[in-house]
Amino acid sequence: MFEITSFFPRAVMQGVPLLFGSTGETLTEKSGNLNLGIPGVMYVGAISGVIGAFLYEQSLPSPDAINGFLAIATPLVCSLAGSLLMGLLYCFLTVTLRANQNVTGLAMTTFGVGFGNFFGGSLIKLTGSEVPSIALSATSSWFSRSLPFADKLGWFGEMFLSYGFLAYLSIITAFIASFIIKRTRIGLNLRAVGENPNTADAAGINVVRYKYVATCVGSMIAGLGGLYYVMDYASGVWSNNAFGDRGWLAIALVIFTIWRPNIGVFASILFGGLYILYLFMQTGENLALKELYKMLPYVVTIIVLIITSMRNKRENQPPASLGLSYFREER
Amino acid sequence: MEHKIPAVKMRDITKTFGQVVANDKVWLDIYRGEILALLGENGSGKTTLMNMLSGIYFPDSGTITIDGRDVVIRSPKDAFDLGIGMIHQHFKLVDVLSAAENIILGLKEEGGFDIQAATKRIREICDTYGFEVDPDQKIYNMSVSQKQTVEIVKVLYRGADILILDEPTAVLTPQETDRLFAILRNMRDAGKAIVIITHKMHEVEELSDRVAILRQGQFVGDMLTSTTNAQEMTNLMVGHPVELNIERPEPVDPKPRIEVKGLTVRDMDGVLKLQDVSFTARSGEILGIAGISGSGQKELLEAIAGLQTVEAGSIQYIEDDGSGEELIGKDPLSIAELGVSLSFVPEDRLGMGLVGNMDLAENMMLRSFRRGRSPFTDRKSPRKLAEQVVRELEVSTPGIGTPVRRLSGGNVQKVLVGREISSAPTVLLTAYAVRGLDINSSYTIYDLINRQKERGVAVIYVGEDLDVLLQLADRILVLCGGKVSGIVDGRGAKKREVGMLMTRLGGGNADE
Repeated sequence: MFEITSFFPRAVMQGVPLLFGSTGETLTEKSGNLNLGIPGVMYVGAISGVIGAFLYEQSLPSPDAINGFLAIATPLVCSLAGSLLMGLLYCFLTVTLRANQNVTGLAMTTFGVGFGNFFGGSLIKLTGSEVPSIALSATSSWFSRSLPFADKLGWFGEMFLSYGFLAYLSIITAFIASFIIKRTRIGLNLRAVGENPNTADAAGINVVRYKYVATCVGSMIAGLGGLYYVMDYASGVWSNNAFGDRGWLAIALVIFTIWRPNIGVFASILFGGLYILYLFMQTGENLALKELYKMLPYVVTIIVLIITSMRNKRENQPPASLGLSYFREER
Repeated sequence: MEHKIPAVKMRDITKTFGQVVANDKVWLDIYRGEILALLGENGSGKTTLMNMLSGIYFPDSGTITIDGRDVVIRSPKDAFDLGIGMIHQHFKLVDVLSAAENIILGLKEEGGFDIQAATKRIREICDTYGFEVDPDQKIYNMSVSQKQTVEIVKVLYRGADILILDEPTAVLTPQETDRLFAILRNMRDAGKAIVIITHKMHEVEELSDRVAILRQGQFVGDMLTSTTNAQEMTNLMVGHPVELNIERPEPVDPKPRIEVKGLTVRDMDGVLKLQDVSFTARSGEILGIAGISGSGQKELLEAIAGLQTVEAGSIQYIEDDGSGEELIGKDPLSIAELGVSLSFVPEDRLGMGLVGNMDLAENMMLRSFRRGRSPFTDRKSPRKLAEQVVRELEVSTPGIGTPVRRLSGGNVQKVLVGREISSAPTVLLTAYAVRGLDINSSYTIYDLINRQKERGVAVIYVGEDLDVLLQLADRILVLCGGKVSGIVDGRGAKKREVGMLMTRLGGGNADE
């Protein structure tokens, strides 16, 4: 039966990685960098967190000796560092060396997934477990810990208060990103860099720095999506390729939200809902129908693309210099 | 004048791009309370020199002194801090932002981010100098002249007292130009130093106090405008005496060639671009088309060349024997085979007709690659043609193997126009053929067009410089908002009269 109280929380939990990913990608794209490496970045963010948590858990004499602060801080810092390195690599290639952004991004997605699967596989080997996955349940219990009084509030608690801290962080990050882009001087400068770097440069804005910072911060935010996925959504269980196509969905979400992270908060829940709708629909044995349901988020994105390009409102278009590298003395 | 201390002293400035020396040991003095006109042919390094002053480029060697202090300008920000502001030929504005947002872009002001306060200051600046700008208007809703005003307000907002304007009048109507000049004089009288780069001699004579001349990257000299004249300045720019009159041979045996009746064109968004346009272009005659940019010139030429979907009307191509052929509905290729040739020079010069990354010979081939039956393309004749164009039009290029993108704007245009003319057309459609070209190259192009006219070609010439249109064209068709505002005889037409036709249908008084 279709029950909103069980459907909604699962949609939110599906939406959180997408929201992180799309907030990060929106920031990046506002600087004119089309980072198609986001799926790879999120993957690296996840595996880096896993590596950190794994090493920390291994260093403990017994699982009960786990320290709450370190259990959260270690994977968090590792994840941020991993995705930061990915962002720096992307910037170095596309901004400093002015490589083609599409090619670089796609290569980084391939690289990130390979990197994740390599280390994921290695860790699985190290633990010598029978199933091809590692479980970091001690760490995960800290990540998925919700407010203690959440269960006492009935349906309200279940729908709005039952999530780990990263879920709330994703929403806060999205609103902060939205605020910065729309209402601050930094955001104005950032938009100018993405729209027309020549103009921004002539106005005295350091184009290279804005591109680097926006892309790196964007990558770190996206990486948290990977971390949330493995530590909270998947209850600390890493298995290779389980992350699926969420990275691409995050990029689709950027287009869907017409480059506005605040819309992303709601759109990510919608996407998350569409993503798992097939589980709640009575599809029975009909696998084809199931696959059709899985297509919904992409269909919706295509429809939004059609509508925005038909309405042709300038504010809803992608940043004008998206995907182009910038060189001041170009003739 | 001699006792004044220069606001800017540039000494021995050298800048090279690869093997091309753009500036070679250039000296330049800029004074406050003076309008300096910087003159030079295309590729003589005027813009490069000014870009070094505004921090876009960094000089290879040489010194810049501002108010007696040696300075190093590494970035546009350094330039602002020194009070230097440049209004570029291609506006540096972000389309989706409002005027106010563009103006405060990149600034680090005291206190928080307060667009209201900025708006107030912008209004004050506008009141002081007589600008009309709505700070909340989005740039993409603005006309060219409004955008330019925003650019000027932008540099003033940043406290610039040394203003550089790169070809500011290239896109303005005569009335807008007059208004701009009035503002520039206001600013000069307020003690600002103003540098204006232009190709139009009458503007130099009308506006500037002093002229400085560059030739092939070298400084030739400067003088007071009052002590010189157009002929002398042109000779200095070019390096040898130049004839400054545009010829206008009488049309030989004009016959109707293109007859347009009731042409109506809508663009993709359904906006009416041309409405009921009718005229006849005759062989051996130059039909000039005047109008504010965006009045339908582009659509008109494209409709004739078969590149535009036409809503209503007819375009007849009339042979020498009087038989007509309908062009609407034909594809561009078969229209081109009739001898209709289009050379459109868009604002960015490369957008239509040439491929920037391909070299000269390959660009020639874009016209001819279909010729012949062999499965392989003929590379020899395009090479020959490229060599011929380079020789006859004096294109300055390292060789015909150079990508077109590397050439300076003027040379790019020579290649384009040269190629179109070489196909021996019967109808030559040309738009903005001399856009941004210096005097010498412009006259070469006028000459080419006149020679085509003498060959019996029907020339349709869309131009932006009214003075030239009045000297070159046999008849002038004036477009206003997509309608024919009037057709006047080129001989004896008055500039004011045509200017009025451009801004108001029929050129009549306001109550019409």
